[in-house]
Amino acid sequence: MIYSEAGQLSTDYLHGASSFRLRQERLEVLALWLVAALVVPALGDDYWLTAILIPFLILSLAGLGLNLLTGFAGQLSVGSAAFMAVGAYTAYNVSLRLPGTPLLVSFAIGGAAAALAGVLSGLPSLRIKGFYLVVSTLAAQFFVEWVFTRFRWFSNDNASGLVSVPPLVVLGQDASSPLGRYLLTLGVVTALTVLALNIPKSELGRRWMAVRDMDTAAAVIGIPVLRTKLIAFAISSFYCGVAGALWGFAYLGTFDPRAWELSRSFQILFIIIIGGMGSILGSFLGSAFMLLLPIAMSQAGSALLGGSVDQGALENYKKVAFGVLIVAFLIREPGGLARLLRRARDRARIWPLRSW
Amino acid sequence: MAFFLETLVGGLLAGILYSMVAIGFVLIYKASGVFNFAQGSMLLFAALTFVSLTERGYSFIAAFILTLAAMVLVAVAIERLLLRPLVARSPITLFMATLGLSYILEGVAQALWGADVHGLDLGVDDVPFDIGSISVSRFDLVAAGTAGLLVLGLALLASRSRLGLSLRAVADDPLAALSLGVRLPAIWRRVWALAGFVGLIAGLFWGSRSGVQFSLSLVVLKAMPVLVIGGFDSITGALVGGLLVGASEKLAEVYVGAVLGGGIENWFPYFLAIASLMLRPAGLFGDRAIERV
Repeated sequence: MIYSEAGQLSTDYLHGASSFRLRQERLEVLALWLVAALVVPALGDDYWLTAILIPFLILSLAGLGLNLLTGFAGQLSVGSAAFMAVGAYTAYNVSLRLPGTPLLVSFAIGGAAAALAGVLSGLPSLRIKGFYLVVSTLAAQFFVEWVFTRFRWFSNDNASGLVSVPPLVVLGQDASSPLGRYLLTLGVVTALTVLALNIPKSELGRRWMAVRDMDTAAAVIGIPVLRTKLIAFAISSFYCGVAGALWGFAYLGTFDPRAWELSRSFQILFIIIIGGMGSILGSFLGSAFMLLLPIAMSQAGSALLGGSVDQGALENYKKVAFGVLIVAFLIREPGGLARLLRRARDRARIWPLRSW
Repeated sequence: MAFFLETLVGGLLAGILYSMVAIGFVLIYKASGVFNFAQGSMLLFAALTFVSLTERGYSFIAAFILTLAAMVLVAVAIERLLLRPLVARSPITLFMATLGLSYILEGVAQALWGADVHGLDLGVDDVPFDIGSISVSRFDLVAAGTAGLLVLGLALLASRSRLGLSLRAVADDPLAALSLGVRLPAIWRRVWALAGFVGLIAGLFWGSRSGVQFSLSLVVLKAMPVLVIGGFDSITGALVGGLLVGASEKLAEVYVGAVLGGGIENWFPYFLAIASLMLRPAGLFGDRAIERV
C-alpha cells in the first residue's frame, strides 16, 4: 500500500504508459488477484461466493462499463440495466437456439448485441447532450423492458416469462457449482478489466476525455465527436451486456425482465458516483460499497434493536442513507472512494511529515 | 369519430396532469438551472404529508397550510444543504445530486408516514358526463381548470411581482442579476418552495386519481418527455407539451398499441421526445442555446 517510486524511472514510453508503472503496484495487484483466484475459493463458503462475491464482481463490471461512458467520455446514461438485459437475453437465445455455441462466445455475442443497442441509443447524441441524453437512454430503458416483457419469443414462449439458463460449461469444464460460477465471473471480469485499464491510455481514451472536457473544443482540434461518442456507447454497452449475461447466467440462473428495471440503472450510476468517476478502481470500490452498506445496515439494525427490525422502515433508512451519501460525495469528494483512498495513501506515504 | 374525439379529449385532460408536474420542474430549471429529478419525490412528499395530516383529523385547509409550511422547510433545507455547496458545478453533477435528493425525500416521507396506500378524496366525483356526443370526467375538468388557474397565477406572478421580476432576471442572466443585487439564494429558496406548492397541487390530483403511494414519485418519468417536447424553460411549453404527450399517448395506445399488443405508454412519449429533439433540440417553446468556446 505504502511505498515510494524512488529510483523507478520511465526510460521509454512503453514503460511510462503501462497500467502499473511501479514494481510494488504490480506485486500488489498480482497478490490481490491471486487471493481472489486461489485463497477465496479455498476459504469462501457458498453464501459468500453466490450472494456477495459474484454480484460484487458483476456489478463492478457493469459499473466499469458505465464509467467508461460517463467517467471518461462524459456521456450520462441511465440505461445501463437495459443494455444488461439485452446482453443476457441475447446470450440466452444464442445458447438456446444455436446449441453447441461455447458459453463465452454466447456472452460475447450478447455483449455485441448490447453494443448495437447502445449505439442506437447514443445516436441522438449527435444533436443533444447533457441531460437531454438522459431522455434518450431512458427511452432505451423502457423500450427494452417492454420488448422483453411483451414478446415471449425472447423467453422461449415460457408462460411465466421466466427463463432458466442451461448448465454452464466453460472450456469443457462444468461451471455450475458456486465455485465454478465464481471463477467464470472472475475470469471474464479480469480479462475485461485489463482491457479497460488500457483504454484511457490509448488514443481512443484521450479522445474520450477531450470530448468529455469540452466537445466543441474537441471538434475544433479535429476529433470526430459523433464517432468518438458512438464508440464510447458501443464499448460501454458491450461491458454492460457481458455483465448482464453474467448476471443472468452466473448469478441469477433463472430470470425475467424485472431483473433489469430502472432501479438497477440507478444502482450502477450510484456505483460510479460513490466509487469515483473516471477511475477503474473506483468501479470496484463503489460496487463493494453499494453491496456491503445495506448488509452492514441490516446487521447494525438487528444488533441495536435485537432482531425485531421492521424491514420496511429499514428499507426507508437505507434509501435515505444512499441519498445522503450520493449528495455528500458529489459535494465533498467528486472523485469518490478512489480519490479518498489515493489521498489517504499519499498522506500515509510521507507520514509523519505533512505537506498540507 | 366520436370514439376518436373521446380518446383525444381524455388524453388531453390526462396530459394536464403531466403538465402540472412539469410546471414545477420548469420553475426550478429557469431559476437555478437544475434539472430536478426529485420533482416526483417532492410531489410524493407533499401528497403523503397532506393525506396523513387529514387522516389525523386536520381539516382540509389546516392540512394544506401545514403541508405548505413543510414544503417551505424542505425548500430552505435544499437550498442550504444542496444548492449552496454545489454552486457553479456542472449541470450533470446537479442532476445526479437531485437523484440523491429524490432518494432522501422518498425515504423520509415513507419513514415519517409509512408506506401504505392512502386514499384521497378531494370531493370531486370522478363521474363522466356528456358534452354533445363525447363523455368527459368531471374530475378531469376540475384538474384542467386548476392547471389553468395555476398557469395564470404564475404568469401574473412573473409579470407583476417583485419576485417575478427578479426571477426573470435570474433566468435571463444569473451573473448580471447577482451584480444588480438580486439575492440568488433567497430566489432559490422561494422558487423551490413555489415548486413544492405546485407539487402539492399536482400531488393532490394524482393522489386522488391513483391513491397516495410510492408510485406517485414515478410521475417524474412521465414529465420528462413533456419537458423535452415543450422546452425546459417555458411554462407554456410544459402546458402544451403535457397536452401533446397526453393526447398522443392515448391515441397511440388505442390505435398503435392494439397492433403491438398494448403497454406502449411507458416508452411511446420518449420516442416522441427524441423525435422532437431531433427536429427542435430546444423544444417547442424553449430558448435556443448559443454555444461559445
